[in-house]
Amino acid sequence: MAPNSADERRRSASDIVAALPRLLPRVQKPGRYAGGELNQIVKDWGTTSLRTALVFPDVYDLGMSNLGLAILYDILNRQPDMLAERVFAPWPDMEAALRAAGLPLFGLESKHPLHAFDLIGISLPYETLYTNALSVLDLGGVPLLAADRDDADPLVIAGGHATLNPEPMSDFIDAFVIGEGEDAILEVAQALLGWKASGQPRSALLRRLAGLRGVYVPSLYHVAYTAEGTVARIEPAAPEARIPVLKRIVPRLPPPLTRFIVPYVDVTHNRIPIEIQRGCTRGCRFCQAGMITRPVRERPVAEVVDAIEQGLAQTGYEEVGLLSLSSSDYDDILELVRQVSARFAGRHLNINLPSLRIESFSVELMDLLQGEASRSGFTLAPEAATERMREIINKPVSTEQVLTTAREIYRRGWHLIKLYFMIGHPSETLEDVQAIADLSRAVLAEGRKIIGPRASVHAGVSTFIPKPHTPFQWVPCDSLESIRAKQALLKGALRGPGLKLSWTQPEETQLEAWLSRGDRRMGKVVLEAWRRGARFDAWQEHFNQVAWMQAFEAAGLEPAFYTHRERPIDETLPWDSIDAGVHKSFLTEDYLWSLQGRTRVDCRERCFACGILPKFAALRREHPGETWECPEVRSPARQIEVALEAR
Amino acid sequence: MTDQDRVRYRLRFHKTEAMRFTGHLDLHRALERTIRRSGLPLAYTRGFSPHPRLQLAAALPLGFVSRAEVADLWLELPLAAPDVLSRLQAAAPPGMNFLEAQVAPANEPALQQQVTGATYTVLLAGPPPADLDERVRSLLSAPSLLRQRRGRPYDLRPLIGTLEHQGGGRLAMHLAAREGATGRPDEVIEALGLDPLSADIERTSLTYVVPSPD
Repeated sequence: MAPNSADERRRSASDIVAALPRLLPRVQKPGRYAGGELNQIVKDWGTTSLRTALVFPDVYDLGMSNLGLAILYDILNRQPDMLAERVFAPWPDMEAALRAAGLPLFGLESKHPLHAFDLIGISLPYETLYTNALSVLDLGGVPLLAADRDDADPLVIAGGHATLNPEPMSDFIDAFVIGEGEDAILEVAQALLGWKASGQPRSALLRRLAGLRGVYVPSLYHVAYTAEGTVARIEPAAPEARIPVLKRIVPRLPPPLTRFIVPYVDVTHNRIPIEIQRGCTRGCRFCQAGMITRPVRERPVAEVVDAIEQGLAQTGYEEVGLLSLSSSDYDDILELVRQVSARFAGRHLNINLPSLRIESFSVELMDLLQGEASRSGFTLAPEAATERMREIINKPVSTEQVLTTAREIYRRGWHLIKLYFMIGHPSETLEDVQAIADLSRAVLAEGRKIIGPRASVHAGVSTFIPKPHTPFQWVPCDSLESIRAKQALLKGALRGPGLKLSWTQPEETQLEAWLSRGDRRMGKVVLEAWRRGARFDAWQEHFNQVAWMQAFEAAGLEPAFYTHRERPIDETLPWDSIDAGVHKSFLTEDYLWSLQGRTRVDCRERCFACGILPKFAALRREHPGETWECPEVRSPARQIEVALEAR
Repeated sequence: MTDQDRVRYRLRFHKTEAMRFTGHLDLHRALERTIRRSGLPLAYTRGFSPHPRLQLAAALPLGFVSRAEVADLWLELPLAAPDVLSRLQAAAPPGMNFLEAQVAPANEPALQQQVTGATYTVLLAGPPPADLDERVRSLLSAPSLLRQRRGRPYDLRPLIGTLEHQGGGRLAMHLAAREGATGRPDEVIEALGLDPLSADIERTSLTYVVPSPD
């Protein structure tokens, strides 16, 4: 499908450049496809040996707000012999315009068609992007199926949280990079350069990649199924293919990125994102991010403060996001907030510190951070409204603590509290759901006492989806009828002045649930749904339930098998080929604890031996001290291996 | 600090090809960010939700470039105009080319109220229709040109000051640009029976109530 000669490729880039001025005025928000923003990096196409297209298969507005993509763009473009360009999913009107004009999808920087790149790296942070990833490949002139690609086609890799279960996308992706990409992306790029120079067939490239730590090449594994349809065995089919593939981590967070591309068009997050820590020690059982991003690594306060200063000079943004999964747990959070507020006061800057614990201290932090700036809303995420439920999900916080914190928020000048909940947790009853309404009303009542009728509460109620590599990976999803009944209850109970409720459509939730815990056979479903028009599945106005149901039918698979079946603890799971660093035995124990309502404290207080430390003992030993929150490793490597085997 | 202490500067800049698809609000934000990157002490309004003291003279629709963008900004400190210009140039994104900064009289009305019109040149893609001159004449001789924009009827004719085919599919026009009475060059092209999306449109100057502040 892809043109072979370099001349043809060059011609098609100039064709695109020539056609865009007439094509772009006819689509919505054409600035999404124009490139040319401040801080974009354009390197010489002809003299650069390795050319990567970094694909975020959602619309530009969302993709440009993604920190992971920006980090990889920076790393690759720093290499003298490499370049990286950005590719986003075109909105349906642009897809139609490209197809009508016979133009391929292209890199924003040089306008080269996607098929002309050597490496295509697709970011898959969530499952609802799978069909868009197919659109991008297809529009870019790249064969959809990995098996159909030949030596002249680009290498297609993928990474991101969703790929911790790579199986549903394994028909389309040549290799997955599991875990953190900062180091691994360059190893993959070097392997590709080495292979290009070798003149060997594509199969040799795939084996070369399988030999890299953290790389999963799905075509080098055979999956066998039982008569019931569960996975019987996952077997490597080449000596290089490891089983399981242990995720990659960076031992120490590299200095934060500060040179961000500044879009001209308005995007989802117009801000400098600075990751203050990676990983989470809380252990909420529903939270995939908390389980798969361990260990916790912090950035020093001075590094964060400097990064904000440099980021402002490079971008001119009015907003900074200090990002982490649980900001309150950052060791020096008070010091960080003090320094940031002292240094940046009076600069008309909005500084966000999301993911704060439900406690009065969080309100003090925000108060200090936001100074005189206007106060829009304060977000708290109790996730569940009864103490029983919060013990099951391991987010122990008392209702009194929620109310005390709410009082403090209203007292300090915020008018709006956003409360985040989930419904559909394991063993949840209608009483637990009623409690969401009651708690929201109780919070509002506190606000009324303090600031009167200006007080308001927005309850955001999403639906729990069991995710791979979490203690809830075995549990069935709540049924559609039950979710509808629970939402109906909330819609009835959360009405009235000062109250607002938002929720997610149960059908969309269901799609994410199918794909999250799907196996390799699900690739047929994804392909069939895409062929039937499924696109932008995360966007309510585009979600196409009919296409998905027909796709399951065509693939001969039963949706409920993936979502509404309680999986036995000893079942081989489709993602057992992937090791997220946490022992399966730890997840099993934690699941059993949840059934008893037993909670675990923050693992900064005591190590529960989740598995991270023995699996990354060598890295921990080389990087002692405060940047990792896990205990120190002092014993020699051999002893740890012995201890591991004894488990 | 009171408003009297703040210094008003008038900027002239080009909006070029790299920002063709940047709309008015986004251009305003790009200018604000440029000033923030430059480190110039931009003044903000007081109150609960401060916003930058920054005004663009006349909105420029998405898809057009311009050789005649004018903006006023207020700084907290008096700085030499050439320094203001060089700091903005150094911080400018692709697509914004700063030409001039001057101190402007503090007591003048807002720029938007001073602007009365704008001139544009339009280059049609491909060979122009043979009867283009005739179409121009007939449009100009019409007593009114009733059209609809976003569902609202209006008369385009009184908004057209001049319109001329300069040959080779190149049109020049002067259109009104007052509050509630702004002529759009793409509407004129459409009224000529042509496709505005197949034309390159550039704003070439602004005209003012008072003698132009040049």
